[in-house]
Amino acid sequence: MSDAPADARGRLPLGLTLLLIAPLAALLGWAFFLPIARLLLTSVTEPSPNVANYVRIATEPLYGQVIGRTLWISFSCSVFALVLGYPVAALMARSRGILAAIAVACVMVPLWTSVLVRSYAWIALLERNGIVNNWLTSWGLIGEPLTMLYTQGAVLVAMTHVLLPFMILPIYSALRAVPQDLPRAAANLGAGPVRIFLLVTLPLSLPGVFAGCLIVFVMALGFYITPALVGGPRTLMIATLISQQAMELLNWPFAGAISCVLLVLSLGITVAFKRLLRLERVVAHD
Amino acid sequence: MTEGARTRPGEWVFRAACLLILVILAFPTLLVVPMSFSATNYLRFPPQGFSLRWYQAFLEDPDWVEATLFSLQIAGLTTVVASVVGTMAALALVRGRLPGRTTVEALLLAPLIVPHIIVAIAVYVQFAPLGLTGTRLGFVLIHSALAVPYVVLVVSAALQRVPPSLEMAALNLGASRLRCFLEVTLPLVLPALLAGAVFAFLASFDETVVSFFISGVEHKTVTRKMLEDIEFNLSPVIAAASTVFVTVTVGLMSMADLSRRRVRKRTG
Repeated sequence: MSDAPADARGRLPLGLTLLLIAPLAALLGWAFFLPIARLLLTSVTEPSPNVANYVRIATEPLYGQVIGRTLWISFSCSVFALVLGYPVAALMARSRGILAAIAVACVMVPLWTSVLVRSYAWIALLERNGIVNNWLTSWGLIGEPLTMLYTQGAVLVAMTHVLLPFMILPIYSALRAVPQDLPRAAANLGAGPVRIFLLVTLPLSLPGVFAGCLIVFVMALGFYITPALVGGPRTLMIATLISQQAMELLNWPFAGAISCVLLVLSLGITVAFKRLLRLERVVAHD
Repeated sequence: MTEGARTRPGEWVFRAACLLILVILAFPTLLVVPMSFSATNYLRFPPQGFSLRWYQAFLEDPDWVEATLFSLQIAGLTTVVASVVGTMAALALVRGRLPGRTTVEALLLAPLIVPHIIVAIAVYVQFAPLGLTGTRLGFVLIHSALAVPYVVLVVSAALQRVPPSLEMAALNLGASRLRCFLEVTLPLVLPALLAGAVFAFLASFDETVVSFFISGVEHKTVTRKMLEDIEFNLSPVIAAASTVFVTVTVGLMSMADLSRRRVRKRTG
Protein backbone atom coordinates (compact mmCIF):
# COMPACT_ATOMS: atom_id res chain seq x y z
CA MET A 1 0.00 0.00 0.00
CA SER A 2 2.55 2.56 -1.08
CA ASP A 3 1.67 5.82 -2.77
CA ALA A 4 -1.00 5.67 -5.42
CA PRO A 5 -0.18 7.40 -8.70
CA ALA A 6 0.07 11.15 -8.29
CA ASP A 7 -2.17 11.84 -11.25
CA ALA A 8 -5.30 13.27 -9.64
CA ARG A 9 -7.42 12.80 -12.75
CA GLY A 10 -7.39 9.04 -12.33
CA ARG A 11 -8.85 9.33 -8.81
CA LEU A 12 -12.38 8.56 -7.76
CA PRO A 13 -14.49 11.43 -6.40
CA LEU A 14 -14.78 11.75 -2.62
CA GLY A 15 -18.44 10.71 -2.47
CA LEU A 16 -17.81 7.49 -4.35
CA THR A 17 -14.69 6.79 -2.29
CA LEU A 18 -16.65 7.08 0.94
CA LEU A 19 -19.40 4.88 -0.47
CA LEU A 20 -16.84 2.21 -1.38
CA ILE A 21 -15.20 2.21 2.05
CA ALA A 22 -18.49 2.38 4.00
CA PRO A 23 -19.21 -1.40 4.07
CA LEU A 24 -15.71 -2.07 5.40
CA ALA A 25 -16.06 0.63 8.04
CA ALA A 26 -19.47 -0.73 9.09
CA LEU A 27 -18.29 -4.36 9.21
CA LEU A 28 -15.05 -3.75 11.11
CA GLY A 29 -16.61 -1.05 13.26
CA TRP A 30 -19.58 -3.06 14.43
CA ALA A 31 -18.24 -6.62 14.52
CA PHE A 32 -14.65 -5.91 15.54
CA PHE A 33 -13.79 -2.52 17.04
CA LEU A 34 -17.04 -1.89 18.95
CA PRO A 35 -17.06 -5.24 20.79
CA ILE A 36 -13.40 -4.84 21.79
CA ALA A 37 -13.95 -1.27 22.94
CA ARG A 38 -16.94 -2.39 24.99
CA LEU A 39 -15.05 -5.27 26.58
CA LEU A 40 -12.22 -2.96 27.58
CA LEU A 41 -14.69 -0.39 28.88
CA THR A 42 -16.46 -2.91 31.15
CA SER A 43 -13.13 -3.48 32.90
CA VAL A 44 -13.33 0.02 34.42
CA THR A 45 -17.12 0.61 34.56
CA GLU A 46 -18.63 -2.61 35.91
CA PRO A 47 -20.14 -2.86 38.46
CA SER A 48 -19.17 0.75 39.28
CA PRO A 49 -16.54 3.04 37.75
CA ASN A 50 -13.23 2.02 39.33
CA VAL A 51 -9.88 0.45 38.60
CA ALA A 52 -10.21 -2.40 41.12
CA ASN A 53 -9.67 -5.01 38.38
CA TYR A 54 -6.32 -3.51 37.48
CA VAL A 55 -5.31 -3.21 41.13
CA ARG A 56 -6.13 -6.91 41.48
CA ILE A 57 -3.92 -7.82 38.50
CA ALA A 58 -1.10 -5.72 39.90
CA THR A 59 -1.32 -6.98 43.48
CA GLU A 60 -2.29 -10.66 43.34
CA PRO A 61 0.90 -12.63 42.68
CA LEU A 62 -0.89 -15.24 40.51
CA TYR A 63 -1.59 -12.74 37.75
CA GLY A 64 1.92 -11.32 37.78
CA GLN A 65 3.16 -14.89 37.52
CA VAL A 66 0.94 -15.65 34.52
CA ILE A 67 1.99 -12.46 32.72
CA GLY A 68 5.65 -13.12 33.51
CA ARG A 69 5.36 -16.71 32.32
CA THR A 70 3.66 -15.60 29.09
CA LEU A 71 6.43 -13.07 28.41
CA TRP A 72 9.08 -15.66 29.20
CA ILE A 73 7.54 -18.38 26.99
CA SER A 74 7.08 -15.89 24.14
CA PHE A 75 10.68 -14.71 24.49
CA SER A 76 12.00 -18.30 24.57
CA CYS A 77 9.93 -19.18 21.49
CA SER A 78 11.43 -16.22 19.64
CA VAL A 79 14.97 -17.27 20.57
CA PHE A 80 14.42 -20.92 19.60
CA ALA A 81 12.68 -19.93 16.38
CA LEU A 82 15.54 -17.58 15.50
CA VAL A 83 18.22 -20.22 16.14
CA LEU A 84 16.33 -22.82 14.10
CA GLY A 85 14.93 -20.45 11.50
CA TYR A 86 17.97 -18.45 10.44
CA PRO A 87 19.94 -21.35 8.94
CA VAL A 88 16.86 -22.55 7.04
CA ALA A 89 16.21 -19.04 5.69
CA ALA A 90 19.86 -18.81 4.64
CA LEU A 91 19.67 -22.17 2.87
CA MET A 92 16.44 -21.15 1.11
CA ALA A 93 17.91 -17.79 0.04
CA ARG A 94 20.90 -19.33 -1.69
CA SER A 95 19.62 -22.63 -3.07
CA ARG A 96 18.07 -23.16 -6.47
CA GLY A 97 15.95 -25.80 -8.15
CA ILE A 98 14.59 -28.86 -6.41
CA LEU A 99 16.30 -28.19 -3.06
CA ALA A 100 14.77 -24.71 -2.91
CA ALA A 101 11.35 -26.08 -3.82
CA ILE A 102 11.51 -28.72 -1.06
CA ALA A 103 12.66 -26.18 1.51
CA VAL A 104 9.88 -23.74 0.56
CA ALA A 105 7.28 -26.54 0.73
CA CYS A 106 8.55 -27.61 4.18
CA VAL A 107 8.03 -24.04 5.41
CA MET A 108 4.79 -23.16 3.63
CA VAL A 109 2.79 -26.34 4.26
CA PRO A 110 3.02 -26.02 8.07
CA LEU A 111 2.22 -22.31 7.74
CA TRP A 112 -0.97 -23.09 5.85
CA THR A 113 -2.00 -25.97 8.10
CA SER A 114 -4.44 -25.29 10.91
CA VAL A 115 -2.88 -24.72 14.34
CA LEU A 116 -5.39 -27.29 15.59
CA VAL A 117 -3.98 -30.02 13.34
CA ARG A 118 -0.41 -29.25 14.36
CA SER A 119 -1.23 -29.15 18.07
CA TYR A 120 -3.02 -32.48 17.68
CA ALA A 121 0.09 -33.94 16.05
CA TRP A 122 2.18 -32.79 19.00
CA ILE A 123 -0.22 -34.49 21.41
CA ALA A 124 0.11 -37.71 19.42
CA LEU A 125 3.90 -37.37 19.55
CA LEU A 126 4.35 -36.40 23.20
CA GLU A 127 1.58 -38.39 24.94
CA ARG A 128 2.51 -40.86 27.68
CA ASN A 129 1.43 -43.57 25.28
CA GLY A 130 2.52 -41.55 22.29
CA ILE A 131 4.90 -41.91 19.41
CA VAL A 132 8.08 -40.48 20.96
CA ASN A 133 7.74 -42.54 24.15
CA ASN A 134 7.01 -45.59 22.03
CA TRP A 135 10.19 -45.05 19.99
CA LEU A 136 12.33 -44.41 23.05
CA THR A 137 11.13 -47.52 24.88
CA SER A 138 11.37 -49.79 21.85
CA TRP A 139 14.95 -48.65 21.26
CA GLY A 140 15.62 -49.41 24.92
CA LEU A 141 16.62 -45.83 25.73
CA ILE A 142 14.13 -45.51 28.58
CA GLY A 143 12.39 -48.05 30.78
CA GLU A 144 9.39 -45.98 31.81
CA PRO A 145 7.50 -43.63 29.49
CA LEU A 146 8.44 -40.00 30.11
CA THR A 147 5.90 -37.35 31.05
CA MET A 148 6.25 -34.84 28.25
CA LEU A 149 2.73 -33.66 27.49
CA TYR A 150 1.20 -30.93 29.67
CA THR A 151 4.61 -29.55 30.63
CA GLN A 152 6.19 -26.19 29.89
CA GLY A 153 8.67 -27.97 27.61
CA ALA A 154 5.80 -29.34 25.50
CA VAL A 155 4.29 -25.86 25.20
CA LEU A 156 7.63 -24.40 24.14
CA VAL A 157 8.32 -27.11 21.56
CA ALA A 158 4.85 -27.01 20.03
CA MET A 159 4.63 -23.21 19.98
CA THR A 160 8.08 -22.84 18.44
CA HIS A 161 7.07 -25.35 15.78
CA VAL A 162 3.83 -23.54 15.02
CA LEU A 163 5.52 -20.12 14.86
CA LEU A 164 8.75 -21.10 13.08
CA PRO A 165 7.52 -20.24 9.53
CA PHE A 166 6.79 -16.68 10.71
CA MET A 167 10.46 -16.38 11.65
CA ILE A 168 11.83 -17.98 8.49
CA LEU A 169 9.87 -15.95 5.93
CA PRO A 170 10.94 -12.40 6.93
CA ILE A 171 14.60 -13.48 7.30
CA TYR A 172 14.40 -15.25 3.94
CA SER A 173 12.99 -12.15 2.26
CA ALA A 174 15.69 -9.94 3.86
CA LEU A 175 18.43 -12.35 2.75
CA ARG A 176 17.06 -12.48 -0.78
CA ALA A 177 17.34 -8.70 -0.94
CA VAL A 178 21.08 -8.76 -0.12
CA PRO A 179 22.90 -8.07 -3.40
CA GLN A 180 25.11 -11.08 -4.16
CA ASP A 181 27.93 -8.70 -5.25
CA LEU A 182 28.57 -7.73 -1.64
CA PRO A 183 29.60 -11.12 -0.21
CA ARG A 184 31.46 -11.80 -3.47
CA ALA A 185 33.35 -8.51 -3.16
CA ALA A 186 34.23 -9.37 0.45
CA ALA A 187 35.48 -12.79 -0.68
CA ASN A 188 37.62 -11.20 -3.41
CA LEU A 189 39.11 -8.92 -0.81
CA GLY A 190 40.18 -12.01 1.12
CA ALA A 191 37.49 -12.43 3.81
CA GLY A 192 36.71 -15.98 4.89
CA PRO A 193 33.13 -17.35 4.95
CA VAL A 194 32.70 -16.71 8.67
CA ARG A 195 33.90 -13.12 8.38
CA ILE A 196 31.70 -12.52 5.32
CA PHE A 197 28.72 -13.80 7.25
CA LEU A 198 29.39 -11.79 10.41
CA LEU A 199 30.41 -8.52 8.75
CA VAL A 200 28.33 -8.48 5.53
CA THR A 201 25.39 -10.88 5.33
CA LEU A 202 24.23 -10.88 8.96
CA PRO A 203 24.07 -7.07 9.38
CA LEU A 204 22.16 -6.76 6.10
CA SER A 205 19.63 -9.38 7.19
CA LEU A 206 18.99 -7.80 10.60
CA PRO A 207 15.72 -6.08 9.55
CA GLY A 208 14.33 -9.52 8.70
CA VAL A 209 15.61 -10.90 12.00
CA PHE A 210 13.91 -8.12 13.97
CA ALA A 211 10.68 -8.51 12.01
CA GLY A 212 10.66 -12.28 12.55
CA CYS A 213 11.38 -11.99 16.28
CA LEU A 214 8.64 -9.39 16.75
CA ILE A 215 6.02 -11.32 14.81
CA VAL A 216 6.79 -14.53 16.71
CA PHE A 217 6.89 -12.75 20.07
CA VAL A 218 3.62 -10.87 19.57
CA MET A 219 1.81 -13.91 18.18
CA ALA A 220 3.09 -16.07 21.05
CA LEU A 221 1.76 -13.57 23.62
CA GLY A 222 -1.83 -14.18 22.52
CA PHE A 223 -1.58 -17.90 21.76
CA TYR A 224 -4.56 -19.86 23.00
CA ILE A 225 -5.08 -23.18 21.23
CA THR A 226 -1.61 -24.71 21.51
CA PRO A 227 -1.00 -23.95 25.23
CA ALA A 228 -4.58 -25.00 26.03
CA LEU A 229 -4.13 -28.40 24.35
CA VAL A 230 -0.47 -29.20 24.98
CA GLY A 231 0.02 -27.38 28.29
CA GLY A 232 -1.34 -28.02 31.75
CA PRO A 233 -2.39 -25.96 34.78
CA ARG A 234 1.27 -25.18 35.50
CA THR A 235 1.72 -23.56 32.10
CA LEU A 236 -1.25 -21.19 32.33
CA MET A 237 -0.76 -18.28 29.92
CA ILE A 238 -2.61 -14.96 29.56
CA ALA A 239 -5.01 -16.14 26.84
CA THR A 240 -6.13 -19.15 28.87
CA LEU A 241 -6.54 -16.93 31.92
CA ILE A 242 -8.85 -14.62 29.92
CA SER A 243 -10.99 -17.52 28.76
CA GLN A 244 -11.20 -18.99 32.29
CA GLN A 245 -12.31 -15.68 33.78
CA ALA A 246 -14.87 -15.08 31.05
CA MET A 247 -16.35 -18.50 30.32
CA GLU A 248 -15.90 -20.40 33.60
CA LEU A 249 -16.12 -17.67 36.23
CA LEU A 250 -18.28 -15.33 34.12
CA ASN A 251 -16.24 -12.43 35.46
CA TRP A 252 -16.40 -10.35 32.27
CA PRO A 253 -15.03 -7.11 33.73
CA PHE A 254 -11.93 -8.91 35.00
CA ALA A 255 -11.54 -10.77 31.69
CA GLY A 256 -11.75 -7.34 30.05
CA ALA A 257 -8.99 -6.02 32.30
CA ILE A 258 -6.64 -8.91 31.48
CA SER A 259 -7.55 -8.51 27.79
CA CYS A 260 -6.54 -4.88 28.10
CA VAL A 261 -3.14 -5.88 29.51
CA LEU A 262 -2.62 -8.38 26.67
CA LEU A 263 -3.78 -5.86 24.07
CA VAL A 264 -1.49 -3.14 25.40
CA LEU A 265 1.43 -5.59 25.31
CA SER A 266 0.69 -6.84 21.75
CA LEU A 267 -0.29 -3.52 20.20
CA GLY A 268 2.33 -1.55 22.12
CA ILE A 269 5.13 -3.76 20.82
CA THR A 270 3.66 -3.82 17.31
CA VAL A 271 3.24 -0.05 17.10
CA ALA A 272 6.63 0.62 18.67
CA PHE A 273 8.34 -1.49 16.01
CA LYS A 274 5.84 -0.89 13.20
CA ARG A 275 8.51 -0.02 10.66
CA LEU A 276 10.31 -3.28 11.22
CA LEU A 277 7.20 -5.44 11.15
CA ARG A 278 5.75 -4.80 7.71
CA LEU A 279 2.78 -7.11 8.17
CA GLU A 280 1.88 -6.97 4.49
CA ARG A 281 5.09 -8.90 3.89
CA VAL A 282 3.85 -11.84 5.90
CA VAL A 283 0.68 -12.05 3.88
CA ALA A 284 2.08 -11.09 0.50
CA HIS A 285 5.68 -12.19 0.85
CA ASP A 286 7.61 -11.82 -2.39
CA MET B 1 27.58 -18.07 -0.94
CA THR B 2 30.73 -18.33 -3.02
CA GLU B 3 31.35 -21.33 -5.25
CA GLY B 4 34.31 -22.33 -3.11
CA ALA B 5 32.18 -22.43 0.03
CA ARG B 6 30.13 -25.30 -1.31
CA THR B 7 32.93 -27.82 -1.09
CA ARG B 8 33.97 -27.15 2.52
CA PRO B 9 33.02 -29.68 5.21
CA GLY B 10 31.40 -26.86 7.21
CA GLU B 11 28.97 -26.42 4.35
CA TRP B 12 27.85 -30.05 4.64
CA VAL B 13 27.33 -29.72 8.39
CA PHE B 14 25.25 -26.61 7.71
CA ARG B 15 23.16 -28.40 5.10
CA ALA B 16 22.62 -31.43 7.30
CA ALA B 17 21.47 -29.17 10.15
CA CYS B 18 19.07 -27.35 7.83
CA LEU B 19 17.63 -30.60 6.51
CA LEU B 20 17.10 -31.81 10.06
CA ILE B 21 15.26 -28.59 10.95
CA LEU B 22 13.13 -28.87 7.79
CA VAL B 23 12.23 -32.45 8.71
CA ILE B 24 11.29 -31.34 12.23
CA LEU B 25 9.16 -28.61 10.65
CA ALA B 26 7.38 -30.85 8.17
CA PHE B 27 7.10 -34.09 10.14
CA PRO B 28 4.48 -33.16 12.77
CA THR B 29 2.42 -31.42 10.08
CA LEU B 30 2.36 -34.40 7.75
CA LEU B 31 2.17 -36.95 10.57
CA VAL B 32 -1.63 -36.86 10.51
CA VAL B 33 -1.67 -38.32 6.99
CA PRO B 34 -0.15 -41.75 7.73
CA MET B 35 -1.92 -41.80 11.11
CA SER B 36 -5.29 -41.43 9.42
CA PHE B 37 -4.76 -44.62 7.39
CA SER B 38 -3.80 -46.65 10.44
CA ALA B 39 -5.69 -49.87 11.11
CA THR B 40 -5.21 -49.64 14.86
CA ASN B 41 -7.05 -47.73 17.54
CA TYR B 42 -4.00 -45.98 18.94
CA LEU B 43 -1.52 -43.56 17.43
CA ARG B 44 1.74 -45.13 16.26
CA PHE B 45 4.39 -44.12 13.78
CA PRO B 46 4.99 -45.83 11.47
CA PRO B 47 1.30 -46.84 11.57
CA GLN B 48 0.38 -50.50 11.76
CA GLY B 49 -1.73 -51.83 8.91
CA PHE B 50 -3.66 -49.87 6.35
CA SER B 51 -7.34 -49.10 6.43
CA LEU B 52 -9.87 -46.46 5.52
CA ARG B 53 -11.94 -47.14 8.63
CA TRP B 54 -11.30 -43.70 10.15
CA TYR B 55 -12.47 -42.01 6.98
CA GLN B 56 -15.55 -44.20 7.05
CA ALA B 57 -16.08 -43.30 10.71
CA PHE B 58 -15.73 -39.61 9.81
CA LEU B 59 -18.32 -39.85 7.04
CA GLU B 60 -20.73 -41.93 9.13
CA ASP B 61 -20.67 -39.64 12.15
CA PRO B 62 -23.44 -37.05 11.67
CA ASP B 63 -21.65 -34.72 14.11
CA TRP B 64 -18.55 -34.50 11.93
CA VAL B 65 -20.49 -34.25 8.68
CA GLU B 66 -22.83 -31.54 9.98
CA ALA B 67 -19.99 -29.53 11.47
CA THR B 68 -18.00 -29.81 8.24
CA LEU B 69 -20.94 -28.74 6.09
CA PHE B 70 -21.70 -25.87 8.47
CA SER B 71 -18.09 -24.66 8.31
CA LEU B 72 -18.11 -24.90 4.51
CA GLN B 73 -21.29 -22.79 4.38
CA ILE B 74 -19.84 -20.17 6.72
CA ALA B 75 -16.55 -20.08 4.84
CA GLY B 76 -18.34 -19.78 1.49
CA LEU B 77 -20.52 -16.90 2.66
CA THR B 78 -17.55 -15.24 4.36
CA THR B 79 -15.58 -15.47 1.11
CA VAL B 80 -18.34 -13.66 -0.79
CA VAL B 81 -18.80 -10.93 1.83
CA ALA B 82 -15.07 -10.38 2.41
CA SER B 83 -14.29 -10.36 -1.34
CA VAL B 84 -16.96 -7.78 -2.18
CA VAL B 85 -16.36 -5.54 0.84
CA GLY B 86 -12.58 -5.91 0.54
CA THR B 87 -12.43 -5.14 -3.19
CA MET B 88 -14.59 -2.05 -2.72
CA ALA B 89 -12.33 -0.86 0.07
CA ALA B 90 -9.20 -1.57 -1.99
CA LEU B 91 -10.60 0.61 -4.78
CA ALA B 92 -11.29 3.39 -2.30
CA LEU B 93 -7.80 3.11 -0.78
CA VAL B 94 -5.83 2.93 -4.03
CA ARG B 95 -7.97 4.94 -6.46
CA GLY B 96 -9.94 7.22 -4.15
CA ARG B 97 -9.22 10.52 -2.43
CA LEU B 98 -9.58 9.23 1.06
CA PRO B 99 -8.86 11.56 3.94
CA GLY B 100 -6.83 9.76 6.60
CA ARG B 101 -5.90 6.91 4.29
CA THR B 102 -2.88 5.85 6.37
CA THR B 103 -5.03 5.66 9.51
CA VAL B 104 -7.51 3.41 7.71
CA GLU B 105 -4.66 1.21 6.52
CA ALA B 106 -3.27 0.94 10.04
CA LEU B 107 -6.69 0.09 11.52
CA LEU B 108 -7.16 -2.49 8.80
CA LEU B 109 -4.23 -4.48 10.17
CA ALA B 110 -5.79 -4.66 13.64
CA PRO B 111 -7.71 -7.92 12.97
CA LEU B 112 -4.38 -9.53 12.04
CA ILE B 113 -2.67 -8.37 15.24
CA VAL B 114 -5.27 -8.42 18.02
CA PRO B 115 -5.11 -11.83 19.73
CA HIS B 116 -8.15 -13.90 18.74
CA ILE B 117 -8.95 -14.75 22.34
CA ILE B 118 -9.77 -11.06 22.94
CA VAL B 119 -11.89 -10.93 19.77
CA ALA B 120 -13.66 -14.11 20.87
CA ILE B 121 -14.63 -12.84 24.32
CA ALA B 122 -15.55 -9.37 23.05
CA VAL B 123 -17.70 -10.69 20.21
CA TYR B 124 -19.40 -13.15 22.55
CA VAL B 125 -20.43 -10.28 24.85
CA GLN B 126 -21.72 -8.28 21.87
CA PHE B 127 -23.49 -11.16 20.08
CA ALA B 128 -25.05 -13.08 22.98
CA PRO B 129 -27.73 -10.50 23.94
CA LEU B 130 -28.69 -10.17 20.26
CA GLY B 131 -29.08 -13.92 19.87
CA LEU B 132 -26.35 -13.98 17.23
CA THR B 133 -24.16 -16.62 18.87
CA GLY B 134 -24.33 -19.95 17.09
CA THR B 135 -26.08 -18.44 14.07
CA ARG B 136 -24.92 -18.29 10.47
CA LEU B 137 -25.22 -14.50 10.47
CA GLY B 138 -23.06 -14.16 13.58
CA PHE B 139 -20.31 -16.43 12.23
CA VAL B 140 -20.30 -14.76 8.81
CA LEU B 141 -20.12 -11.27 10.36
CA ILE B 142 -17.13 -11.94 12.60
CA HIS B 143 -15.33 -14.20 10.11
CA SER B 144 -15.76 -11.55 7.40
CA ALA B 145 -14.32 -8.91 9.73
CA LEU B 146 -11.30 -11.17 10.40
CA ALA B 147 -10.87 -12.17 6.73
CA VAL B 148 -11.43 -8.86 4.96
CA PRO B 149 -7.93 -7.43 5.63
CA TYR B 150 -6.38 -10.25 3.56
CA VAL B 151 -8.57 -9.35 0.57
CA VAL B 152 -7.85 -5.62 0.90
CA LEU B 153 -4.08 -6.20 1.16
CA VAL B 154 -3.84 -8.56 -1.80
CA VAL B 155 -6.26 -6.68 -4.08
CA SER B 156 -4.84 -3.23 -3.37
CA ALA B 157 -1.31 -4.52 -4.07
CA ALA B 158 -2.54 -5.72 -7.47
CA LEU B 159 -4.52 -2.54 -8.09
CA GLN B 160 -1.37 -0.48 -7.67
CA ARG B 161 0.16 -2.31 -10.61
CA VAL B 162 -2.76 -1.45 -12.89
CA PRO B 163 -1.96 1.89 -14.59
CA PRO B 164 -4.83 4.37 -14.03
CA SER B 165 -4.36 5.44 -17.67
CA LEU B 166 -6.18 2.28 -18.76
CA GLU B 167 -9.22 3.21 -16.69
CA MET B 168 -9.05 6.82 -17.85
CA ALA B 169 -8.99 5.69 -21.48
CA ALA B 170 -12.14 3.65 -20.89
CA LEU B 171 -13.84 6.59 -19.16
CA ASN B 172 -12.82 8.94 -22.02
CA LEU B 173 -14.32 6.52 -24.49
CA GLY B 174 -17.63 6.92 -22.71
CA ALA B 175 -17.74 3.92 -20.39
CA SER B 176 -19.53 4.42 -17.08
CA ARG B 177 -17.47 3.97 -13.90
CA LEU B 178 -19.20 0.66 -13.26
CA ARG B 179 -18.52 -0.61 -16.78
CA CYS B 180 -14.95 0.62 -16.57
CA PHE B 181 -14.51 -1.36 -13.34
CA LEU B 182 -16.20 -4.51 -14.63
CA GLU B 183 -14.50 -4.58 -18.05
CA VAL B 184 -11.09 -3.01 -17.41
CA THR B 185 -10.07 -3.04 -13.75
CA LEU B 186 -11.71 -6.25 -12.53
CA PRO B 187 -10.24 -8.57 -15.20
CA LEU B 188 -6.77 -7.17 -14.44
CA VAL B 189 -7.00 -7.76 -10.67
CA LEU B 190 -9.02 -10.97 -10.91
CA PRO B 191 -6.12 -13.36 -10.16
CA ALA B 192 -5.32 -11.32 -7.03
CA LEU B 193 -8.97 -11.26 -6.07
CA LEU B 194 -9.11 -15.05 -6.40
CA ALA B 195 -6.04 -15.34 -4.19
CA GLY B 196 -7.66 -13.00 -1.66
CA ALA B 197 -10.84 -15.05 -1.80
CA VAL B 198 -8.88 -18.22 -1.00
CA PHE B 199 -7.24 -16.48 1.98
CA ALA B 200 -10.67 -15.34 3.16
CA PHE B 201 -12.12 -18.84 2.77
CA LEU B 202 -9.31 -20.39 4.80
CA ALA B 203 -9.32 -17.57 7.38
CA SER B 204 -12.91 -18.59 8.08
CA PHE B 205 -12.61 -22.35 7.64
CA ASP B 206 -9.48 -22.63 9.85
CA GLU B 207 -10.63 -20.08 12.42
CA THR B 208 -10.74 -21.82 15.77
CA VAL B 209 -10.74 -19.52 18.78
CA VAL B 210 -13.64 -17.19 17.95
CA SER B 211 -15.64 -20.09 16.50
CA PHE B 212 -15.09 -22.06 19.69
CA PHE B 213 -16.58 -19.31 21.84
CA ILE B 214 -19.55 -18.35 19.68
CA SER B 215 -20.59 -21.85 18.60
CA GLY B 216 -23.99 -22.91 19.89
CA VAL B 217 -25.28 -26.31 20.90
CA GLU B 218 -26.91 -26.79 17.52
CA HIS B 219 -24.47 -25.13 15.16
CA LYS B 220 -20.81 -25.74 15.68
CA THR B 221 -17.94 -25.32 13.29
CA VAL B 222 -15.71 -28.22 12.39
CA THR B 223 -12.82 -26.56 14.24
CA ARG B 224 -14.89 -26.58 17.44
CA LYS B 225 -15.84 -30.21 16.85
CA MET B 226 -12.18 -31.07 16.37
CA LEU B 227 -11.10 -29.15 19.47
CA GLU B 228 -13.73 -30.94 21.57
CA ASP B 229 -12.65 -34.32 20.24
CA ILE B 230 -8.96 -33.63 20.85
CA GLU B 231 -9.77 -32.69 24.44
CA PHE B 232 -12.15 -35.54 25.21
CA ASN B 233 -11.51 -38.53 22.96
CA LEU B 234 -8.31 -38.74 21.05
CA SER B 235 -9.41 -41.07 18.25
CA PRO B 236 -7.77 -41.41 14.83
CA VAL B 237 -10.95 -39.95 13.30
CA ILE B 238 -9.36 -36.59 14.12
CA ALA B 239 -6.36 -37.61 12.00
CA ALA B 240 -8.70 -38.43 9.11
CA ALA B 241 -10.46 -35.08 9.47
CA SER B 242 -7.09 -33.32 9.76
CA THR B 243 -5.86 -34.99 6.57
CA VAL B 244 -8.92 -33.75 4.72
CA PHE B 245 -8.17 -30.22 5.98
CA VAL B 246 -4.49 -30.31 5.14
CA THR B 247 -5.31 -31.50 1.62
CA VAL B 248 -7.96 -28.83 1.08
CA THR B 249 -5.77 -26.07 2.56
CA VAL B 250 -2.61 -26.95 0.69
CA GLY B 251 -4.56 -27.36 -2.55
CA LEU B 252 -6.33 -24.01 -2.20
CA MET B 253 -3.19 -22.16 -1.12
CA SER B 254 -1.19 -23.55 -4.02
CA MET B 255 -3.94 -22.29 -6.33
CA ALA B 256 -3.81 -18.87 -4.68
CA ASP B 257 -0.03 -18.81 -5.03
CA LEU B 258 -0.23 -19.63 -8.74
CA SER B 259 -2.90 -17.00 -9.17
CA ARG B 260 -0.73 -14.36 -7.53
CA ARG B 261 2.28 -15.32 -9.63
CA ARG B 262 0.16 -14.83 -12.72
CA VAL B 263 -0.99 -11.39 -11.65
CA ARG B 264 2.62 -10.38 -11.06
CA LYS B 265 3.62 -11.61 -14.50
CA ARG B 266 0.69 -10.00 -16.22
CA THR B 267 0.91 -6.57 -14.67
CA GLY B 268 4.67 -6.51 -14.15
